[in-house]
Amino acid sequence: MTKVYCIGCGLVTPVGNAPSEVLSAVRAGKSAFRLYDGWPEPYYASLLDREGFEGPSFFDHIALQAARTAVQEAGIDASGARVGLVLSTIKGNIEKIDTDDVSLAAAAETLAQGLGVKTKPVVVSNACISGLAALLQGVRMIRSGAYDHIIVVGAEVQSRFIVTGFQSLKALSLNPCKPFDADRDGLNVGEAAAAMVLSAHPVPFDPHPVSENYFSGRDPKNQFPETSTEPALQGDPKNQFSETSTEPALQGDPKNQFPETSTKPALQGDPKNQFPETSTKPAPVIPSEASVSPWEIVDGAVRNDANHISGPSRTGEGSYNALRYVLEGVSAEELAFVNVHGTATRYNDQMEAIALNRAGLQEVPVNALKGIFGHTMGAAGILESIVSMKACDAGVVLPTQGFSQMGVEPAVNVSAQERKTDKKAFVKLLSGFGGVNGALLFRKGGAR
Amino acid sequence: MKQVSIPSGASLTELYRKWVGDYPKFFKMDTLSKLGFLLTEMLVRDEPDRFTFREDRAVLVFSREGCVANDRHYAESMKDFPSPALFVYTLPNIVSGEISIRNKWGGESSDYVLASYDEARIWDLVRQAFQDKCTQSALVAWIDCTSDNEWVTNAWLVDKTEML
Repeated sequence: MTKVYCIGCGLVTPVGNAPSEVLSAVRAGKSAFRLYDGWPEPYYASLLDREGFEGPSFFDHIALQAARTAVQEAGIDASGARVGLVLSTIKGNIEKIDTDDVSLAAAAETLAQGLGVKTKPVVVSNACISGLAALLQGVRMIRSGAYDHIIVVGAEVQSRFIVTGFQSLKALSLNPCKPFDADRDGLNVGEAAAAMVLSAHPVPFDPHPVSENYFSGRDPKNQFPETSTEPALQGDPKNQFSETSTEPALQGDPKNQFPETSTKPALQGDPKNQFPETSTKPAPVIPSEASVSPWEIVDGAVRNDANHISGPSRTGEGSYNALRYVLEGVSAEELAFVNVHGTATRYNDQMEAIALNRAGLQEVPVNALKGIFGHTMGAAGILESIVSMKACDAGVVLPTQGFSQMGVEPAVNVSAQERKTDKKAFVKLLSGFGGVNGALLFRKGGAR
Repeated sequence: MKQVSIPSGASLTELYRKWVGDYPKFFKMDTLSKLGFLLTEMLVRDEPDRFTFREDRAVLVFSREGCVANDRHYAESMKDFPSPALFVYTLPNIVSGEISIRNKWGGESSDYVLASYDEARIWDLVRQAFQDKCTQSALVAWIDCTSDNEWVTNAWLVDKTEML
């Protein structure tokens, strides 16, 4: 089966856009939550700063920004004949329902045009598991043999439509959410955009190809011959995410935010900052194995509870079945953690605990990121997967912000504080309305 | 491959009484879900061992408009008193959830939005969905519901063997 790699990432979040910045925020427990005036009920949320934004659609804007960052990092030509686009969102531009075409098809078309994608986009809209399902769709499109690269983009902006809906269901907490905690009392909504470029090729951008052993990950010193320092700096994902290239993105003139050929800023930063873990000298740069060997999405599954449209199964049926599928032949020992949905509603977290126990994962560290980002809906699967990959690269299991006392039965191994790990595989888990559940298995190339 | 459709504007209540009659939850559904529910009934009503939990059948629903018709109803209610009963149908995939619940299908359920009706594209995506080793058959539907009495539908029941 064709291996599918993640060769580029892009983020737009309220706690930063550069993955390193976002990871630092999560590790420090820093979020952007605050109480907002509602319609009329107030709501507690993690929203993006719209100050200075004047374009026609903030949703289109952040989706494009995340996608362009990922494409730039991957170093691919988005207009290539074998490049596809998958959009994950639940409500897209719904806030403009009284005036505009708010179909998700229209949003995908706008995104495709902005990116210059020539193939026809597809939207995967599977409630809260949309991002995960979109990544799986991207994997399948590459495995079909028809595509080399798939740009998978997830985005969600919050609006009166969504907030009043969740309020009508009594699903929102007016306090910071507490995933898996005994006192959890509901979710917080969040805004974000996240994108990945998936590829059949682990080497996205390689103007000076070297031998196949280059990416075998056995001996980092042999992987970067002295002469290839320059191209390596251009092609390596970490370099392109310099702090300076993403920070101004939400400020000022939108036209300046997406320079068509903005590879320059990525190459300007101080090399010391670009390889903080492995390099103290500007050159030659010998990157860690983590930076050369890309993450692989091994497989995924979507399963339905066949139980209720807005309540999860009491037996965790769909979630368990999805886990069982992706973990076939995989030892729980191999997993650094399971990054769960963890919305902090009573029913979701309880259901996930049951599913994890049924799947034999009760000892594996579990973490949830909703206490930092809130529930970012269509972005969640991609955002939380990217943060999980970066955490694994940094050798840590991220803490679960908001959790302090076990509130599910049977218990699971919730990671309340940050822990170290040297494992290079994890599972991303999500569930949603419509009875859908999804699981994806990520593994660092060569691990196992 | 079996194929069915429901003419735009047809009385869904009449179809329900003709094909089903014993599933009152039908009346709570939005039009998109009613259409998906009825199309499925028309395709599988004679199958043996109905209502036995199975994981080997996927539900794959395609449209352009998603659940926009119901979204408009919720948006109206929101200005006065937001209706939770309408809000839960403001997701394009609730239709596949309703189909899965009715039939006890615990396999994959996925909802896709395309720019227009494009059979070649639909079958490409269906073929890709069969990469899931568990999936042996699929309920495939194009349900484009623009209002409570305007829609375009086509639904098929396909076996993996027909997709190879």
